[in-house]
Amino acid sequence: MKGNYLIYIAVMALTTYAVRALPFTAFAGKIKNRFFKSFLYYVPYAVLTAMTLPAILYSTGNIISAAVGLAIAVVLSIMEKDLMTVALFSCIGVYLAEWLI
Amino acid sequence: MNGFVKGLRDGIPIALGYLAVSFSFGILGVKYGLSVGETVIISMTNLTSAGQFAGVGIIAAGGSYIEMFISQLVINLRYSLMSISLSQKVDKDFGTPARLALGFAVTDEIFAVASGQKEEVSKKYFLGLATLPYFGWAVGTLLGGLSHNLLPQRICTALGVALYGMFVAIVVPAVKKARSVAVVAAVAAVLSCLLYWQPWLDISSGFSVIICAVAASAVGAAVFPVAEEERS
Repeated sequence: MKGNYLIYIAVMALTTYAVRALPFTAFAGKIKNRFFKSFLYYVPYAVLTAMTLPAILYSTGNIISAAVGLAIAVVLSIMEKDLMTVALFSCIGVYLAEWLI
Repeated sequence: MNGFVKGLRDGIPIALGYLAVSFSFGILGVKYGLSVGETVIISMTNLTSAGQFAGVGIIAAGGSYIEMFISQLVINLRYSLMSISLSQKVDKDFGTPARLALGFAVTDEIFAVASGQKEEVSKKYFLGLATLPYFGWAVGTLLGGLSHNLLPQRICTALGVALYGMFVAIVVPAVKKARSVAVVAAVAAVLSCLLYWQPWLDISSGFSVIICAVAASAVGAAVFPVAEEERS
């Protein structure tokens, strides 16, 4: 059974490594195609938005406290506070909201 | 400032968020019958959240290796998109050996912070950025595996929102600056909510991210092509 665990872990680790490191290494030169360049320029924002919404609303087990955390994060981000500040205060907001509910 | 030190500093909030998330992973792994050591090895060799949670589920259910491979591929394929994007963001000295080694550390959060940098990303900066989150992820898993109740539940819950808070802090300022980014983010948000709430298909979160990101970025590239100088 222990052997099986190690094979499982090896399959997990190698697959996860390959999907990350191979494209990172293969696209070594600067891409010239304008559409593809523009596409890649937008990828980070599209990825992060799709990962945040609506998942953040279900990240605390309570949609109200999660919404409080999201609202605080949005407001502080509009004020252009740094990552650490935004993350910290949205946690504090969730904590207080959970405590109040 | 030295690139490595700046990276270390930028990695602190990621590492704190990882402590909380990997803590819950540690608890889950032990609950599913893995040893603390095995659970920590998974964290140290994978460094990914959704993939690991799905992976220990498959181990616990006695799934096949093929099932494990396909689940990891589907859930983690979004990293390929991030890696290609990041490959265009790194500087000239970021050679093949560094890419093969540091490519391991392309996580959602590390990618987010690296691509949010104004200047090109050096390997020193990237190494610094990845260091504390890597150990945070491993240590959190260890603590979670060893103790089911080291942190009060409410603090764990509150920390769960930290990583999303960081994502918001990266996207919102860019949305303020450029209407094109605002449109791309809006398309991604609407599509992601539709896919999440539609009742017909069971789409994994990893696959949903790929669909939304590809569609929204393609819309952005078609409607607002980036001028040459903006990318350089």
